[in-house]
Amino acid sequence: MRAVITVIGKDNVGILHKVSGICAEMGVNVIEVTQSVLQDMFAMIMLVDITNMNRDFSQLVDEMTNLGEKLGLSIHTMHEDIFNSMHNI
Amino acid sequence: MLNVYNILETIRMIQDECLDIRTITMGISLLDCIDTDIDKACEKVYNKIVSKAGNLVEIGQRIEKEYGIPIVNKRISVTPVAILAAACPNENPVKFAKALQRAADTCGVNFIGGYSALVHKGFSAGDRELIKSIPEALDVTQNICSSVNIGSTKSGINMDAVKLMGQIIRETAERTADRDCIGAAKLVVFCNAVEDNPFMAGAFHGIGEPDCEIHVGVSGPGVVRSALAKHPDASINELADIIKKTAFKITRMGQLVGARASELLGVPFGIVDLSLAPTPAIGDSVAHILEEMGLEMCGTHGTTACLAMLNDAVKKGGVMASSTVGGLSGAFIPVSEDAGMIDAAVDGVLSLEKLEAMTAVCSVGLDMIAVPGDIAPETISAIIADEAAIGMVNTKTTAVRLIPAIGKKEGEMLEFGGLLGSGPVMPVKDKSAVKFINRGGRIPAPMHSLKN
Repeated sequence: MRAVITVIGKDNVGILHKVSGICAEMGVNVIEVTQSVLQDMFAMIMLVDITNMNRDFSQLVDEMTNLGEKLGLSIHTMHEDIFNSMHNI
Repeated sequence: MLNVYNILETIRMIQDECLDIRTITMGISLLDCIDTDIDKACEKVYNKIVSKAGNLVEIGQRIEKEYGIPIVNKRISVTPVAILAAACPNENPVKFAKALQRAADTCGVNFIGGYSALVHKGFSAGDRELIKSIPEALDVTQNICSSVNIGSTKSGINMDAVKLMGQIIRETAERTADRDCIGAAKLVVFCNAVEDNPFMAGAFHGIGEPDCEIHVGVSGPGVVRSALAKHPDASINELADIIKKTAFKITRMGQLVGARASELLGVPFGIVDLSLAPTPAIGDSVAHILEEMGLEMCGTHGTTACLAMLNDAVKKGGVMASSTVGGLSGAFIPVSEDAGMIDAAVDGVLSLEKLEAMTAVCSVGLDMIAVPGDIAPETISAIIADEAAIGMVNTKTTAVRLIPAIGKKEGEMLEFGGLLGSGPVMPVKDKSAVKFINRGGRIPAPMHSLKN
């Protein structure tokens, strides 16, 4: 099972570190990262494997939302099924 | 394979364009709760609902988190209560409404629908008692919705029921006049009611349905409008294609959520209702889609044609995205719940007559329309009869949810708040239909009902 974490907002030091830190702590494996910084806007999409995570998925969602609020970024954590079902037949 | 564009598109739809799951509705059969002792029956009703739907809200919230998509309402529909009331003659059916309210409070759902009677061909035991108790039931409860089916293509229109419902709607509004007549906003009169509708106020769990199932109603007028806005010079058939593609995506999401809810709740998946359901929020309006197509304001000439195309394209796009489509399926046009409709009604561009024409080509009917407080019950009945005739002849569901604004006149506003919104009191004709309504009897079913 995989999930997608998207981070959008003003660039600052250590965003990737903090997001992946939470993943590591919860046993969530990062599979792929796409990141771009346009002027000072930061946009990252991270594909993660949640098969062996050691907490409930909703805890990951909450942690990421809290981190986003703390850093002034918009962080969304969503199960990959929603993208697959919407965009693939 | 996932790509960045698709991921960002989904997030934009949810964040900026008000895409949401409008409702997950659990349909529960109460046929095994029938008892000649009304208190025992009420206890069975409460216990059954709580045992089936006790964790509906919690699971809804879990799915919201999992997929990052808001599920605005968690609701329950039940077997038409008139069937239960039939076993308890000489008792006040309002007891059932109170039991349903207790169950709604325990489960934490927004609404329970099904304080209903199906009388399209005539009244059977319990029907009249239940209908007459509707004003009290909607007055003493907060989260109960009521509906009455007064006609169908197969059976014609029960004009005695039409007459009665005019009185009941008015009485319901009077009893809740201190709360902006909110009772009437929870009461809908149908022709060709469907048995698996997840949307309120008209949801009930038909007797042909399984013991328990889960339905999903999707929404997304904002997504459709912004998809159209990107193609300002497209032809109408190109617009129809864009709507189809958008409806497909919206419906796939509904299918995913429904399947997941069914899995987590351990009950069969019923249907996805392919709907465009507006809310009063900015950017969530069906009227604004029609305006995006090129109308200066919703309600002007051309509105019916635009709506017909929209409604058809939504179905064509949605039908392939879901394993089972049902419910009402189409664009809704509830006046008080749609920012664009409210503006058009205040401006006088959108009239009752135009709305009636629009209901011939879209989902449901005259919905959430405030009418003057001094309206005669027979006038309400005549409006119901007109609307039911459209449904009967066109073999489609039509409905009437009028709110007589007690103490208010044309041009004043009714404020319900929340999803129900606010509506200007719209004018009605001042000539009488009393003689027609008082005739009673039944309008025979149309010729094309004889299909066998």
